Amino acid sequence: MTEFLQQLGKNTHTSFTKLGRASFFLLQTLSGILSVLARPRLLLNQLYSVGVLSFLIITISGLFVGMVLGLQGYYILSDFGAEETLGVMVAASLVRELGPVVSALLFAGRAGSALTAEIGLMKATEQLSGMEMMAVDPIKRIISPRFLAGLLSMPLLAALFSAIGIIGGQLVGSGLLGVDEGAYWSQMQSNLDFKDDIINGVIKSIVFGFVTSWIALFEGYDAIPTSEGVSRATTRTVVNSAFTILGLDFILTALMFGDN
Amino acid sequence: MANSAPPKNSLVSVQNLSFSRGKKKIFDDISLEFERGKITAIMGPSGTGKTTLLKLIGGQLFPEQGTVIVDGNNVHRLRRAELYDLRKRMGMLFQSGALLTDMNVFDNVAFPLREHTHLPESMIRTLVLMKLQAVGLRGARQLMPNELSGGMARRIALARAIALDPMMIMYDEPFTGQDPISKGALVQLIQSLNNILGLTSIIVSHDVQETAAIADYIYVLSEGKIVGQGTPKEIEQSPSEWVQQFMNGAPDGPVHFHYPAKDYVDDLLSTGKRY
Repeated sequence: MTEFLQQLGKNTHTSFTKLGRASFFLLQTLSGILSVLARPRLLLNQLYSVGVLSFLIITISGLFVGMVLGLQGYYILSDFGAEETLGVMVAASLVRELGPVVSALLFAGRAGSALTAEIGLMKATEQLSGMEMMAVDPIKRIISPRFLAGLLSMPLLAALFSAIGIIGGQLVGSGLLGVDEGAYWSQMQSNLDFKDDIINGVIKSIVFGFVTSWIALFEGYDAIPTSEGVSRATTRTVVNSAFTILGLDFILTALMFGDN
Repeated sequence: MANSAPPKNSLVSVQNLSFSRGKKKIFDDISLEFERGKITAIMGPSGTGKTTLLKLIGGQLFPEQGTVIVDGNNVHRLRRAELYDLRKRMGMLFQSGALLTDMNVFDNVAFPLREHTHLPESMIRTLVLMKLQAVGLRGARQLMPNELSGGMARRIALARAIALDPMMIMYDEPFTGQDPISKGALVQLIQSLNNILGLTSIIVSHDVQETAAIADYIYVLSEGKIVGQGTPKEIEQSPSEWVQQFMNGAPDGPVHFHYPAKDYVDDLLSTGKRY
């Protein structure tokens, strides 16, 4: 029993210490953002590697998720003779939930893990230390541009995911299953609300972009500088990001759509 | 212990420094002086905290007690901006080279110039080529770090370290893992840079011959203490067993071959334990 309590205390202490380090790291990162804006080239390079290089996985996944939604939605709605509302169902699912959540999970797997590995290896090969000794702040030069790039890319990628998904749903719904194309689009237009659906979805994706980039960069920066340490940190990024995204999604959904 | 008086005209002065990692005491109240314009070596077996000492001098680590004075500044009392200003005048050559792997050789050497100066690109080009010429690798400017041999990477890192014309350079194990030709090139480079540019050099190394050949003054560290200090000649003739074991590479002596363990026979006869 004593051992159990000791272990519990130790683990709690370790977790809180890490949370403290992570919070301090976030403050430093945020304070470096102004200097990134003064050097947009640093940001552009990262927007390319964090955002543009995630296009393919987001596009293909979005297309298939939309197509599956089209199929499943059609089977359920046609039982009630409501297949005309397929567009609403597909779009609402994507814009409110699947767009922000699935693209954030994919982003954590594709870009988040890459960021952790990159920063962890820079630490292991003393590149960050080297920068410090050259009087260059690695937070401002390396971390902040990547953080801002993640924050800006996430809502755009989520929007792309939803847009491609809606097209995928339409391809299956109208193309294969014979739902009227006009009804697909017009029902969607008249039933989806800009503020309640689209803006809320965008807010979610900004929050997910924020936490995923934070987790990925912190795990890399805090990694034990060995091959095993970097590998563990990369795994932690994906796992912790997934938990955080799904947990936050529940909270945000409850806050945003609770009144309806 | 061989003893000539420690140098007086110090650029770097380490006073009564103590530092621990966890429960292990890395330095226990040590004091060292590094004279301006000279090459001072810190030698000792692996794991004696030689690299840690450089990080303490560079302000990357904080001591438990004691002070580090660099050019009149107490490193650990400086504000961040002041520390960064000081670091611009302190070059450091890391054991791994620590080149930025996403940039080619030219951009690596240009990195500190681009970060800290507003010089036009044409002037940066001239400066970078001069630094690369000094280390003999002007022709390798377009190579990426993964295309360089270990010796070349270290020379490029040296070119980068002198890019801002620092007052001193700290070398972390510059000869480790180098072939004899690269070692020779580095020995010559360190000495000529020190003499021509009027630098102060601190070399951390366990390569006895190379280091003793160019050092003006040597400190030998072991188990958190200074076990010997003096000119290379004095160190060579030191009566200290520690120093002799290290300089002659004897496998056993005051630094034991065996890691501390319980009695060998007892250990073999104790059954029922996995380890």
